[in-house]
Amino acid sequence: MARWLAWWRHPEFQLGLREMAAVSPGLAAWGLMTGVAMVKSGMSPLEAVAMSLMVFAGSSQLAAIPLIAAGAPVWVIWATAFCVNLRFVVFSAHMRPYLMHLPLRWRLFNGYLTADLSYVMFTKRFHHPATDAVGQRNQLAYLGGGSFFNWSSWQIASMLGIGLAHSIPTNWGLGFAGILALLGVGCSLASTHFAGSRPGLLRWQRSRHLRCPSSSISSWPLRRQSPCA
Amino acid sequence: MNPSAMNMTDGWTLGVILGLALVTLVTRCFFFLSSQPWQLPHWAQRGLQYAPIAALSAVVLPEVVMTQGQLITTWLDARVFATVAGAAYFFARKGQGQAVLGTIVTGMAVYLPLHIGLGW
Repeated sequence: MARWLAWWRHPEFQLGLREMAAVSPGLAAWGLMTGVAMVKSGMSPLEAVAMSLMVFAGSSQLAAIPLIAAGAPVWVIWATAFCVNLRFVVFSAHMRPYLMHLPLRWRLFNGYLTADLSYVMFTKRFHHPATDAVGQRNQLAYLGGGSFFNWSSWQIASMLGIGLAHSIPTNWGLGFAGILALLGVGCSLASTHFAGSRPGLLRWQRSRHLRCPSSSISSWPLRRQSPCA
Repeated sequence: MNPSAMNMTDGWTLGVILGLALVTLVTRCFFFLSSQPWQLPHWAQRGLQYAPIAALSAVVLPEVVMTQGQLITTWLDARVFATVAGAAYFFARKGQGQAVLGTIVTGMAVYLPLHIGLGW
């Protein structure tokens, strides 16, 4: 208990919470409409609650819902979800060096909870995996804060959607707020160091150049072919 | 699920859901399931820094410019205007403060009247 409390109080955990809170209206609207979609497809409330709590992946849930309703072959449903989730496989390659210092069960715990937005915000904040215990703890705390907020707001909104399925009109398109949340996060990625504009890119390379003598360079093979290597 | 069993819990659906949960777990943890030392080749590692923005674009773009798997053929689509308005807000604020929140609010403020009011 004390250990969880220490994580909760960690400044990076709190920062992760706050940064995720900024996109919560989008997340909530998306979770809400996923909840509504599950019930309207004919799932029982119990099935819908189980799906939300266990599957915890909006896009693969939305892909699977009509297939389940149509009684498609099980392997087709699972294969569809796998294809929709392929981006997570790429994310896991990116996250690997950040998490390999953990035992398997905690890697699974963190990996399972790292959805799109937690991943994007985490890799935006930390460009290199930490090499010391303090840095690793900071990174894990930030990831945990973001994932925790993401998970809770998604689940609360999804449960509301399940409960209120028959009084929320789907044709209003409230779920579009989720896309706008991703758009906002995408814009903030584009305007930081993944800049499409030359000045942004040059600024990024210059700042990397200045950082080169630091030990962090050798810690991440990605950077070995940087302009100063 | 047949129509007469609407909104009834059945074992088949729960089994499918359990499998889907495993799919989530395996895909999200794919490359750190194994503890074996292992390195991605350089070019792949370099490519990974573009993974977040590529993934976001791949999710967002179809949701804005496609309907039922078809590219939209009209500009009178609430999603297009909402996306432009949201992005405009973000860059007007230069991404400072609660710019992402503002992107969502501005976008929905444009989207809802056009979509519900005008049916775009």
